[in-house]
Amino acid sequence: MQSELTLPTKAHKSKKNKPFKLPPRVKKMAWLTLSVTVAVGVWWLLSVIPSTAQSFPNPVSVAQAIGTMVGRGVLLSDIGSSLFSVAWGFIFGFVLALPTAILMAWYKPLENIIGPWIQFIRSIPPLAYVPLVVVSAGIGAKAQIIVICIATFLVMTVTIYQGVVNIDPTLIKAARVLGARDRDIFIHVIVPAATPYIITAVRLGATTALTTLIAAESTGAEAGLGMRIQSLSQTFDVAPMMLYIIIIGIIGITLDKFIRLFERKVTKWQDK
Amino acid sequence: MAGQIKLAIQHISKTYQSERGETTALADINLSIDENEFVTVIGPSGCGKSTLLNIIAGLETASSGQIICDDQPVKGTGSERGVVFQQYALFPWLTVRQNVAFGLKMRKDKSVAGQARIDRYIKMVGLSEFAGSYPKELSGGMRQRVAIARAYAADPAVLLMDEPFGALDAQTRGQLQEELLQTWEKEQKTCFFITHDVDEAILLGQRIVIMDSHPGTVKEVVPVNLPYPRNQETRLSEDFLAIKKHVWAQVYHATAV
Repeated sequence: MQSELTLPTKAHKSKKNKPFKLPPRVKKMAWLTLSVTVAVGVWWLLSVIPSTAQSFPNPVSVAQAIGTMVGRGVLLSDIGSSLFSVAWGFIFGFVLALPTAILMAWYKPLENIIGPWIQFIRSIPPLAYVPLVVVSAGIGAKAQIIVICIATFLVMTVTIYQGVVNIDPTLIKAARVLGARDRDIFIHVIVPAATPYIITAVRLGATTALTTLIAAESTGAEAGLGMRIQSLSQTFDVAPMMLYIIIIGIIGITLDKFIRLFERKVTKWQDK
Repeated sequence: MAGQIKLAIQHISKTYQSERGETTALADINLSIDENEFVTVIGPSGCGKSTLLNIIAGLETASSGQIICDDQPVKGTGSERGVVFQQYALFPWLTVRQNVAFGLKMRKDKSVAGQARIDRYIKMVGLSEFAGSYPKELSGGMRQRVAIARAYAADPAVLLMDEPFGALDAQTRGQLQEELLQTWEKEQKTCFFITHDVDEAILLGQRIVIMDSHPGTVKEVVPVNLPYPRNQETRLSEDFLAIKKHVWAQVYHATAV
């Protein structure tokens, strides 16, 4: 009796709900649009309120700043120069972090020696050691790449290390009893098992590379998003400054999006 | 009806060095297992039964003594000794089929016969439909079936099982016990099966090895002369209950005193 009563209502309910269901993609886009619209609205408000208006140039003048900066011939070369430093700093950081992290996880003595160094350097803001880097590397791209490399290396090493250390030892045993040798275990167990952590490390590394950009370009860069923001600050040219800040944000979000896309492809096996 | 000796455990001892001094986990274990024999091992926790299995598998080394498998002394791991772990230990990034194929892949065996064997064992554990699924999509019982198929597909001479059904609910456990019995009757494989469940030890084993702890020793070897095919109903027979009473007393009462 009861099931007869409940069943029709359930069916009725689901039928009623159906027309309102939007595909998740559309839903996501709608929310994103709303989020951006509200953000621009708040920004506009801040540009009108007298006490914040000086820090928040209105969106129209920021849009106009695109033309100004392109006209001065610096916008593209700034973006290009920064992306160049970010890309190479990040690549060197990753190439160094991967083996360091894996070796640290495998050989306890190495972890005991290097671990504290990494924790120590990680707590120092990059801005503090930029002058030291410039002393030997000189001003220019080389110093910037070194600074970004150090910062990304540290954060990625810590993350990948955690991943390798957390690999379930039973998986290694299972591989071994199925005839895997050390090399097989590295390729067929350690690397895939650590992949989610490696990708997380890449994401953190990309963010760190961008947040370190200002410090990296703080001394003597000839172009760059971080360098330009600092030089504009001397003339209180707020509209192009805001433009550059937004560009850095857009680059960050875009990078993250790409890495997430890649992540979903590579780690679809993972429990979420 | 003693067959040929497949696996011989000879004077195996294992001691650990710790801060509090030396601990003896296993003291002079001796046991011979015949070809195609199903031996179950039961004992209180801390009796070293898992350590013994790891030593046979080659995952740990004994302090003294040796393991002989097919007349050869065992050194390290080898694909002639397959292991099924309690925690399934499936590779989560591989599909069911890739997991089952892992042993053959390590051997670089790409033969048609090898591929056929993979499919046969996936079918045997009833997971043909799930060959392309990842472990996360499977229930605990299904995961352990994959692990069993993986061990069988590597075609080991001896199958070592470390409380494989310990993490499963009672119903699934009963089902997998019957499946394992059927498989064993069909495939005839030498099995060394660790459990902490007295019923399971009797139902599956032709002999039960009862171990004692501190240090780990073999206390008694109990023959199980129950007819095949065995199933869950076997548990209700007089003979089963008589063995159960005896084993129970040996495993639990002795430790309580």
